Amino acid sequence: MPSTRRVSIQINGEKISAEVEPRLLLVHFIRETAGLTGTHIGCDTSSCGACTVLLDGRPVKSCTLFAVQADGGEISTVEGLNRNGQMHPIQEGFHLEHGLQCGFCTPGMMMSARALLERNPHPDEQEIRWAIAGNLCRCTGYQNIIKAIQYASKKMAEGVSA
Amino acid sequence: MIPASFEYLRPGSLNEAIAMLSEHGDEAKILSGGQSLIPMMKFRLSRPACLIDINRIPNLDYIKEEDGYLKIGGLTRETALEHSDLIRSRFPILHDTSFVIADVQVRNLATVGGNLAHGDPANDHPATMLALDAEIVATGPQGERIIPIKDFFVAIFTTALRPEEILTEIRIPMNGSRRGGAYLKVERKVGDYATAGVAVQVTLNDRGDVQRAGIGLTNVGPTPIKATGAEGALAGKQLTDEGIAEAARRASEEAQPSSDLRGPAEYKTALVQELTRRALYRAWERAKK
Repeated sequence: MPSTRRVSIQINGEKISAEVEPRLLLVHFIRETAGLTGTHIGCDTSSCGACTVLLDGRPVKSCTLFAVQADGGEISTVEGLNRNGQMHPIQEGFHLEHGLQCGFCTPGMMMSARALLERNPHPDEQEIRWAIAGNLCRCTGYQNIIKAIQYASKKMAEGVSA
Repeated sequence: MIPASFEYLRPGSLNEAIAMLSEHGDEAKILSGGQSLIPMMKFRLSRPACLIDINRIPNLDYIKEEDGYLKIGGLTRETALEHSDLIRSRFPILHDTSFVIADVQVRNLATVGGNLAHGDPANDHPATMLALDAEIVATGPQGERIIPIKDFFVAIFTTALRPEEILTEIRIPMNGSRRGGAYLKVERKVGDYATAGVAVQVTLNDRGDVQRAGIGLTNVGPTPIKATGAEGALAGKQLTDEGIAEAARRASEEAQPSSDLRGPAEYKTALVQELTRRALYRAWERAKK
């Protein structure tokens, strides 16, 4: 029986340490060890992007990464988006622009959007589409997701200038 | 899906990693980006007893010009190629290639070294590296050795790397100033493996003749294919519409596609011809700049 390993991962600023089997996937660490079930498991084969989280600021699929690999790293999940109970502009955009229907892809979609807007605060439509190419949505047809991200881009720019 | 249990090793240096590989041999797999390996382990298509995670080894992640070569560290992420100014300006073919691999999340982890060492004919960098006449630096217990890319892909999922070796660097010769290349891929949807893909790199001499042409084909055979017949049709001549058409025809003859979910073999053969034609025009345009 291979030995377990102690890992320590910051999730949304909180350090979570646990003794884990090396084969434990990061998404299970997030959902079961840390109890943060906002990150979803969709296809479980690295195709759908529902499990997208940010690892040291970059979006990755947490179903295709072992928790031991993220040891010492910083993870952001959908639960970390809001500030003191106030929705993040990305969340607000998805709400106001109807960027979701069933909502299953939304947490991953929003994390990809967040990574995009941090790197490129004013993306054009094409850039938004490329940035969410790894996130599948079976409800919206993507149009309103694009609008939601455009809303967030505008709102965040206003926040900076205000 | 949960992979089979394995022992997890995390070397802090290349020497340590090679020692671990020598000790565990065939039982061990190198964990680089893991974007092909982990899905295979989840499907239990691969059940290594031991994973050697090379991600914490310093100085394996770089893109630099040195000694007439573009050198890419084995652990360099696809995203790094995508955002590198050096790559965009000097080797747009590599930017073309990285940009169409999987999606953002996968490219953030996936490495160029892994894309090659996996030996998957459906991967995109093999064709590009064949077009560029790259060299693979393999590091093992006896030190480094250089493997020309044309000798690297031995069979499906099999490369010339020995069990105790790690792919540590890719070297691309930078000779000739009038160089241009392009990678074109047809995929059913963003992120899919290629239905077919073609990589082309041409170098022109002072008179504008083709000094060398490199052409690589993706996912149209059991290994990535170097279309040497098509390359030969171009070498030493001016690029012309007729010459390009002839090279494209030859490349399609060199493809060995099989019919599958992505389409019938005839369709893929036709795709290779058209993609070669288009890639040659794009490469030519870039070489003239």
